[in-house]
Parts: sequence; structure tokens; C-alpha cells
Amino acid sequence: HHLSLRLPTPAAAPVSAPASAPAPAPTPAPAPAAAPASSSDPAAAAATTAAAGQTPASAQAPAQTPAPSLTGPALPGPFPGGRVVRLHPVILASIVDSYERRNEGAARVIGTLLGTVDKHSVEVTNCFSVPHNESEDEVAVDMEFAKNMYELHKKVSPNELILGWYATGHDITEHSVLIHEYYSREAPNPIHLTVDTSLQNGRMSIKAYVSTLMGVPGRTMGVMFTPLTVKYAYYDTERIGVDLIMKTCFSPNRVIGLSSDLQQVGGASARIQDALSTVLQYAEDVLSGKVSADNTVGRFLMSLVNQVPKIAPDDFETMLNSNINDLLMVTYLANLTQSQIALNEKLVNL
Amino acid sequence: THSTRAQRTPPGAGMASRKEGTGSTAASSSSTGGVAGKGKGKGGSGDSAVKQVQIDGLVVLKIIKHYQEEGQGTEVVQGVLLGLVVEDRLEITNCFPFPQHTEDDADFDEVQYQMEMMRSLRHVNIDHLHVGWYQSTYYGSFVTRALLDSQFSYQHAIEESVVLIYDPIKTAQGSLSLKAYRLTPKLMEVCKEKDFSPEALKKANITFEHMFEEVPIVIKNSHLINVLMWELEKKSAVADKHELLSLASSNHLGKNLQLLMDRVDDMSQDIVKYNTYMRNTSKQQQQKHQYQQRRQQENMQRQSRGEPPLPEEDLSKLFKPLQPPARMDSLLIAGQINTYCQNIKEFTAQNLGKLFMAQALQEYNN
Repeated sequence: HHLSLRLPTPAAAPVSAPASAPAPAPTPAPAPAAAPASSSDPAAAAATTAAAGQTPASAQAPAQTPAPSLTGPALPGPFPGGRVVRLHPVILASIVDSYERRNEGAARVIGTLLGTVDKHSVEVTNCFSVPHNESEDEVAVDMEFAKNMYELHKKVSPNELILGWYATGHDITEHSVLIHEYYSREAPNPIHLTVDTSLQNGRMSIKAYVSTLMGVPGRTMGVMFTPLTVKYAYYDTERIGVDLIMKTCFSPNRVIGLSSDLQQVGGASARIQDALSTVLQYAEDVLSGKVSADNTVGRFLMSLVNQVPKIAPDDFETMLNSNINDLLMVTYLANLTQSQIALNEKLVNL
Repeated sequence: THSTRAQRTPPGAGMASRKEGTGSTAASSSSTGGVAGKGKGKGGSGDSAVKQVQIDGLVVLKIIKHYQEEGQGTEVVQGVLLGLVVEDRLEITNCFPFPQHTEDDADFDEVQYQMEMMRSLRHVNIDHLHVGWYQSTYYGSFVTRALLDSQFSYQHAIEESVVLIYDPIKTAQGSLSLKAYRLTPKLMEVCKEKDFSPEALKKANITFEHMFEEVPIVIKNSHLINVLMWELEKKSAVADKHELLSLASSNHLGKNLQLLMDRVDDMSQDIVKYNTYMRNTSKQQQQKHQYQQRRQQENMQRQSRGEPPLPEEDLSKLFKPLQPPARMDSLLIAGQINTYCQNIKEFTAQNLGKLFMAQALQEYNN
């Protein structure tokens, strides 16, 4: 079934004045009023599909405070400060790809984030997109689909948990609040990730948020999205993969082939050469006074220079020769084996 | 947004088979979730005109991640590739992993998992057309019966399908190792006949070098992904591991050689078996010949004595024909040895280059 959430029209009463007749209690639990950061109208979201003709309960009179008892869709408590979100590049590539494949007319896509949690950080390792419909005053998210996909994903990686959700677009909207609430049912402290595919300010900004309650305690509580630090985590092999894929930025039709062995060595040495020339340039600048000297950098340079091993030339010769001999021998063996099996083939087919 | 892609229903795609080395044949399933539609002018033609495989960056990252998180030791991880065929290119636009096969999960239905996955992916507009499968490999040992069977069933159903072999160990050494393979048409013929006897193979004239053909790979990214890459480059720390330039080689070389030796042992056993078979056959021929001669002599004697000749006996019942040893296995072993040798040669070439560089550096120092 779909989750359909309806926002009251913004023309409803402002915050302080009690709204028109407090709605008869259709909602089973006193749903905590959630105020999106931008709008000033508190909106109560119904947990189930709001009945057509009812206005969801809007601001209660200050006297009768709905106990923010946080029953029903419980909003999380304060987030331990300074948590870091570590993203893998595959997530972002996935998000961008699903944005490119969005339905006609959809302005953004949303999806679930999966990953693991540990004491100091939250590591997001997987994601999948969830179909949803968004219009002016209604959001419909296919929850069945999300559950199914999560089950399927669990079969492959049983360690991944639902961590939160993502959305493309550069801002948090009212609909985001509602979707966030749904996700807070699936996971404690869900994270919200935004990837700005509309490229505002010429950058694709990637931000993560977690929601916190705000407002005067004892009154209706609002929701605020506080930003989290985003870091990018790579496995070694991922790093290598990303470095390779990044090369398409430089080719005219965005296509690159995979290079062969010696080319790769050549490429790696070229990179080191570039790094070295940058360092050299810096050293010269400092010497000529263009840039002020920085002691930490100086220390790094010192350790760098000291890392080149000093070996007696004879020792080095022996080392080099024995290694070269090993490699040559192995090449010879490999060639020999190949010719052997070719011969065998011929003999057998006689 | 992508424009609608042409879709065609492959006539029943097979499934990737399970563990390496069990030699189980792939279970073939009903048609995939592909929506029946008109082919884009390429439907099921006789010649596989795919000259190039184009992979999205996303697929590469997903494969890397899958192995990194779920692969251990010599276990292989497998998954399905999704995409479509455009002119002479096979475009792979997405993929999803297959769960590891565990013994206690006996009622796990692979077909159902695949169906559900593809149905769900269709909802979010991801190409849901099967175009192949991928597998990780341990030091390059992927030429096995299991792989052959799986690839055959895939290729039989979908002509252009390829298997992507991802070598995580080689990748960790500095450069992405991803290769696309396909069975040669000759091998396809032989597999279709299911006749792996020596005569059939000899007739088809298959050598181990012509079992798999490699298809060149290119990686392509969309513009938005390129923007993402720029963003990542700005934000992430520079890679601090330059494995590619590391000079240590003995470990890797040792492992490779170990595997090579095992295979060569297998091969020699195979050869011994074949030799014994040949010897036995020739011995049997001789015996048959002798028997026939004796028979003839006796018959002549009997004739001279006026007695009726002995009845002709069925020689084949007396001398049962010997079973020729399976040739397919030795072909596979030869193919595997070839792959190992190729890998070793690549590795040594790289290392020699690095050693010479180190030499030049040291000379400069002195």
C-alpha cells in the first residue's frame, strides 16, 4: 500500500492562534506536530492515509499541549554531536544514475540508504531507489517496494541496515519531513542525504542531515535538520576503480579503454612525477620568499627525502640482478609451458 | 531522462551456476522479466556482431564493492549484468549481486530472487534486460567446467552475453583488472551437440586458445557522473597508496606459480591417462587381429576336413571398446594453464620495468 500524506493548505491559521475546530481525533496517536524548517505552519501528519475530508489537526491551543509523548512515529532524540557520515562513491554514482532515469515529470528521486553503524561514524555502503510520487500537497511513497528491496538486499549482504534515505535536489522541502518520518520508523536516527543534481552554484553539493526536535519544550515541537560531516571512504580497490573512472572526464566522448601492463606503470610514474614537481615548485617558492615557510610541510619534506633508501651500490647490484633473474626465469618457464601445451594439443589431435 | 529503450525477450536465459568446481550445470529458467517487444533490428541474428563492451562507471564500482564486502579467500562472488545492445556495442548499465550459496539455505530460490530483483528494478526504470553475468576470480583461475556451462546457457539464450571476470587481487596491485569473455562460435557448436568425445572435438578443430574470445572493454560515464567525479576529487584525500609502483613481487609470483604447478600436474595426469588409453586400444586391436587370424585358420582347417565353419562371432562383444578419456577437461586445463602463463608474463614484464626504473634512480643517487 502507498503511504499518502497530505499537508494542510498553507493558508491555515498562523502558529499562535488556535486553528479552527480542533479536528476530531482521527489519528490514533497524538501525532507530534512536525514543523518543516521553512514554513511556519505546524502540520500534523497522519500516520495512516488521512481521510479525504478532514483537515489534520493543526496547532493546538497553548493550553492543551498534546503530550509530545512521541508515540506513533517517534522522532529521535538529540543526536550525539559530531557524528561523521562516511560515504562510498558507489552510493553517489547510484544516486546520480537513478536521477538520470527518473520518470517524466518527477523533479527528484528518493531512495533508501543501507550501511553499518559503529561508535564514531555511520558508514553508508549501499542504496537503492524507491519509486515515489510528489505533487503540491501530497507525497506517495511505495513502502512495499522499499521493504521488498531491503529483503532482497539483505540476502546478499546480511550486515547492512537501513540507515536513512536520500533525495536529489538542493533543498529540504516539507515533503522531506514526511518521508523522514516514515524512515524514522524503519531506523533509529535516520540520516537524510541530499545530492544536488540541479547543480546550483555550479557544484554538486552533497550534504547529510539528521533531524532534531526544536522548539519550546512542553509546546508543539518542530523538526530541524542539522547537518552532519560528510567524509568519503574508499576501499583500496575502490580507490583504484574511481581513479580509473575519473579519467573519462578528460576524454572527449567520455569513453576510456583499459590500459595494458606497461602503460599502467608509465601512468603511475607520470603521476608521481607530477607530485614531485609540485613539491619542488613549493620548495623553490619558499626559498625565493614567495611563500612563507611552513614547518609541518618542511618536516614532511625532510622525512620524504630520508625515505629514499641508501644502499651500497654492490648490494643494490646483487639485489637487482637476483630479482631480474627470478623474473626472467619465470617468464622462460611460462613460455615453455605454453609451448608444451600447444605441442600436446597437436599430438593429441593427430 | 533516458528515452525508452528497445527490448526483446531472450528465449529463456540460464542462470549463473553456483560454486566453482562443482561442475553443476546451470538451471535454465523461464523467460526473464524482459517485456516482450520488437527487437531493434538485431533480434537473434546468426552472427554475434558485438565488437565492444561498454560499461558504465557505476557497474565497475558495484562489482568492486560486492567483492570487497562479500568475497573471502577463494570463494567467488557472482552477479548479473543488465543492459542492452546498441549496434555493435554491448552496453552494460547496471548490475546486481547474487547471494552466496550457503548450505543451510537449501530452499533459497535463485530464480525467484532474480525475478523479483528484475521486476523491482524495472519499477525504477533500470534496464532490466539480462546481458550477462560477472564473476570474481582468484589469481585468474576461472577456466572451469562450471563457467563454461553457465556461459554456454547464457550465450545460448542471449547471443551477445558476456562474462565479466574481475580480478580483485590484480586490482589491488594497482590497476583495474576487468575482462569480458565470450565463447567462440566453434565452441558453441560443440556445446550444443553436447558431444565432447575426442572425434567430435577433433572435427571441430578446437584448440585451447580458441575456446574463449576476449571482447575489448571501454568505460563510459554520463556527464552528470563526470560532475560527480570532479566533486569527489575535490573533496577526497589524494590516494596515498601507490601499489602499482611497489617492487615486492615474490609473494604474488609464488602464488601464481603454485597454481600453475597444480594445473600442470593435472595436465600430466591427463596425458598419462590418454597414453594408457592409446596403448590399450592398440593392444586391443592387436588382440582382435590375432583372434581373427586364428579364426580364419581354424576355419580353413575345418574346411579342409569338411566340417562346417565356426559361426562368425561378434568381435565387438568379445573385445569391448574402451572408453576414450574426456577431452573437454584437458582442453579446459590447457586453457587455464594458458591464462596463468599470460598473467605471469604480464606481471613479470611490469616488474622488470619497475626494477629498471629503480636501477636508474639508484645510479643517479650514486
